[in-house]
Amino acid sequence: MNTIDVTMALVIGGLFAVGFFLMLQRSLMRIVLGFILLGHGTNLLLLVAGGTPGRPPVPDGRIDDPAGTADPLPQAMALTAIVITFGLTAFLMALAYRSWRMTGHDEVRDDVEDRRIGTVRERAEAGSAADRETGGTAPGGER
Amino acid sequence: MLFLLAAYAAVAVAIPWWQPRLGRAVWAVAALVPLATVAWAGTRAARVLDGGEYRETLAWAPSLGLTVDLRLDPLSLLMLWVVAGVGALVLLYCRYYVERDAARQAALLLAFAGAMTGLVLADNVFVLYVFWELTTVASFLLIAGRGEEENERRAARQALLVTVAGGLVMLLGLVLLGWTAGTYRISAILADPPRGGAVSAAAVLVLIGAFAKSAQMPLHGWLPAAMVAPTPVSAYLHAAAMVKAGVYLVARLAPALAEVAPWRPMVLAVGLTTMVLAAWRALRATDLKLLLAYGTISELGLLVTLLGAGTRTAALAGAVMLLAHAAFKSALFLSVGILDHRAGTRDIRELSGVGRRMPVLFAVTALAAASMAGIPPLVGYLGKEAYFEAFLYGDARLDGHRQLTVVLVIGSALTVAYAARFVQGAFGGPPEGAARRAERPEAGFVAPVAVLAGAGLALGVGYAGTAALAAAYADAYPPGPHGPYELSLWHGFTPVLGLSALTLALGGLVHLGRRSLPVTALLPDAQRAFDRTLAAADRLALTVTRHTQVGSLPLYLVVLLTTVVVVPGAALAAGAPPLGSPLPWWSPVEPFLAVVVLTAAAAVVGTRHRLTGILLTGAVGYGVAGMFLVRGAPDLALTQFLVETMTLVVVVLVLRRMPARFSPGRTMTRVRLVRAAAAGAVGVLVTCFALVASAARTAPAISSGYAHRMEEAGAENIVNAIVVDFRALDTLGEISVLLVAAVGTVSLIRVGGRGDARTPGGGPGGPSPTAHWDEPVRTWLPGAPERPGGERSVLLEVATRLLFPSILVLSLFLLFSGHYGPGGGFAGGLVAGQALVLRYLVGGRADLGAAVRVPASVVTGSGMLLAAAVGTFPLLLGGVPLESTVVTLHPPVVGTVKFATSLFFDVGVYLLVVGVVLELLSAVGVSLGQDMAEADEAEATAEDEEQGGPR
Repeated sequence: MNTIDVTMALVIGGLFAVGFFLMLQRSLMRIVLGFILLGHGTNLLLLVAGGTPGRPPVPDGRIDDPAGTADPLPQAMALTAIVITFGLTAFLMALAYRSWRMTGHDEVRDDVEDRRIGTVRERAEAGSAADRETGGTAPGGER
Repeated sequence: MLFLLAAYAAVAVAIPWWQPRLGRAVWAVAALVPLATVAWAGTRAARVLDGGEYRETLAWAPSLGLTVDLRLDPLSLLMLWVVAGVGALVLLYCRYYVERDAARQAALLLAFAGAMTGLVLADNVFVLYVFWELTTVASFLLIAGRGEEENERRAARQALLVTVAGGLVMLLGLVLLGWTAGTYRISAILADPPRGGAVSAAAVLVLIGAFAKSAQMPLHGWLPAAMVAPTPVSAYLHAAAMVKAGVYLVARLAPALAEVAPWRPMVLAVGLTTMVLAAWRALRATDLKLLLAYGTISELGLLVTLLGAGTRTAALAGAVMLLAHAAFKSALFLSVGILDHRAGTRDIRELSGVGRRMPVLFAVTALAAASMAGIPPLVGYLGKEAYFEAFLYGDARLDGHRQLTVVLVIGSALTVAYAARFVQGAFGGPPEGAARRAERPEAGFVAPVAVLAGAGLALGVGYAGTAALAAAYADAYPPGPHGPYELSLWHGFTPVLGLSALTLALGGLVHLGRRSLPVTALLPDAQRAFDRTLAAADRLALTVTRHTQVGSLPLYLVVLLTTVVVVPGAALAAGAPPLGSPLPWWSPVEPFLAVVVLTAAAAVVGTRHRLTGILLTGAVGYGVAGMFLVRGAPDLALTQFLVETMTLVVVVLVLRRMPARFSPGRTMTRVRLVRAAAAGAVGVLVTCFALVASAARTAPAISSGYAHRMEEAGAENIVNAIVVDFRALDTLGEISVLLVAAVGTVSLIRVGGRGDARTPGGGPGGPSPTAHWDEPVRTWLPGAPERPGGERSVLLEVATRLLFPSILVLSLFLLFSGHYGPGGGFAGGLVAGQALVLRYLVGGRADLGAAVRVPASVVTGSGMLLAAAVGTFPLLLGGVPLESTVVTLHPPVVGTVKFATSLFFDVGVYLLVVGVVLELLSAVGVSLGQDMAEADEAEATAEDEEQGGPR
């Protein structure tokens, strides 16, 4: 049976909330910060979900007593996650920097193409109103 | 059977290469394959008709239950003869008919024949489905032709959409059927039919698919439209073979499903309605092909009725009619093809007197049409007798069979009428117009028509053979109350004979009185319905797109987060186990760290300065590292401290160039509130999840076994052993990701932008600043002359130079001691990387060059290569990849040295991390610094010019 730790749960929840709130902003830089905080929250969650904390998993010769030690597997996974988060943070920073350099700001603007899809019908109708008079071909041999 | 399918595929693929050399002879070559199929089926016929069967199985993925099962039974044999026999004749006919695109059409027709062969031999629902869709694809390609004309493309698309949609519905039904039966083998399902509500649903779904494929109302619209295809294609696909696939499926499953609730009413209602209404529509058509197309729909309705009815006599009649229809309908289509080809039209109003011009064609076509009308002694008559018998005397299971007989009489009479109309319209009248100029067809052109029409006669006169073939299938049912019905041309003066005569008389009357027929269409206009459905689907798609695809990233994320909160949140709320008694904290240090972390995180939201933001994020990171330490994860804490520092350096170096403040927010308060609510809800959910997840664990940890295996790994630090040994593949993947991220970062920062004016080889840094790090260095502080004295701190520079070797030694210590205590390749590499960062920050680019004299990419690459090589090396010794052993050496002086070979893997990780840090420094440090210098220069020049301008 694992012990449940309210403080850790609150910290994780807080990091997720702040991280997602920052990711919901339009500034790429804030999104990067949010991403870093989310990474911290996730690593902690991995560790907490993994089991009860304890002595460091360095047996020091006391192999026969694994009871009081922390579970090393989530630690190894979190270790991997920390390093990858670092790599991705650097990459996101570079993206933000590049966006700023190309456009003069680092904001995530709305995708204009997405909005254009919604109006494709109106534009098509406006464009082909004349076509329709002449272009109606018979479907199959039906007529 | 497998070799047959392989032969179809191989010859179909080879035909485009052969066609240029063979010319028109290619059709004869193509026809050899179906002819061989007919012969092969002939050699197997005796045993199959005696109740035996042939099976073949090709295991593809047996563990998934995916095997190619083939089976030849009486129904398959009948279909195989139809498919291959008509196929061979159509291919021979094409020799005269097809003018262009011969290679493509021959290959597609043969491929279609192969798919159809597979379809009728399949004994596994998935194999059946695959061949089913292959025939649809072949049909699409053959209808579309080269796709040069709008109506061809449209008809092809319509046929594809309707039959594929039907096919998907059918697949659902077949899966449901196989799932309830516990087997996907069709013969096993038939042997032990499942029962229950799911089977009723499956029956409905399968029937919908069959109706779409066999053009039953109201899904028939695609078949008349498909008449834009070349006539041989219409004759083969849309009369003899492909549209029979639906009928075949009904015939195949009826013995198992006829007693399932909606099967029989559905089959009878749809089949008979289609039969009568389509025959009525055929009376109004003036295009001969269209007339035949509606005739086909009508006949298919009859076949669905007979084969789906589920009594022995009806099935016998259905099997006979299936043979008869394949023969006479393809003969009639091919005959129309000849007319069209030679007279240039197939319109009843323009054709007149062709019968006198082409008497042979007239004779054989009339013979085929007589079979369609059911005139003795042709096979159509045999079938008609049988189906009147089946419905007039009926069976307890056929409710209202007498009323249904009336419908059948009406349908048959209309069939007689349109058969007469076809012959009269195509060949009747005095010779005039187009017919006068028409060239007589060659004997080879008419021969396939003659063979098919003659087959109708042969099957009728030689009714014993027909009966043997049809009865072998129909014997799947128990005989009716009046004993097994026998096919015969003469049963004496029976009511059934009277009904046959009545249909002929009624049909003749309708034909004579055709001018006074009401012209109202009884069929709903399927074409318009299809177009409207399509347009409605388009509109729906647009409406959905407009409302879901608004282009705002934050909005998408809010939707995602809300979904996360609602769906898994509800599941969590519903199924959460009791929490028991939670501890407030594990260690008394935790609350202090928690306050630091949460305060810093909250402050990040409020700050307006980028630099403050990243510093506060760093504070969160250090706090989290403290938590790792408290919870017994010193390795994590160490790595977290180092990574956090490195992140700070990288981000701050990039931030040098960006504005100090965030862009001013223009977000409305309401939107901010929504975002805060979504984020807060996720936070609450994750908190609950963390509590539940830590309480929910019941199984012992996997890693409990690891502690006992430390001996063989030669390590004492379990985390490090996991990283470099037990789960080394993960680590290999991880360092690859790191490498890719670093390369991406470097390219994003270096390429493009205003800096692309920099010419390769020119400029102070050359093509790549790192390439010049190994320039000869003469002074002890090489960066000294680069910068003015005000920016420098000699004390710091000297201290850094002195500390640098010590830090490197520390990093190596962490690397080598990783197996025994906190540390390892990551931590060591990051420490070494930080030593280099220090050199760069204090001494600039030149000092970094003095510290590392090889390009960053060489360091990174050698790290990656070393790790990969260590991973693959055990393969050479016959071990498994990433295996590690403990090596003990006794070198002189040092004494005993014991290490695990996974140490070399860790050295690879170390090198890679150092290399990645160097790459990042070169990107965000050196080249970004150069950009700044250039930009400053450019500004200075611009200012100079401005000042110089007015002069």
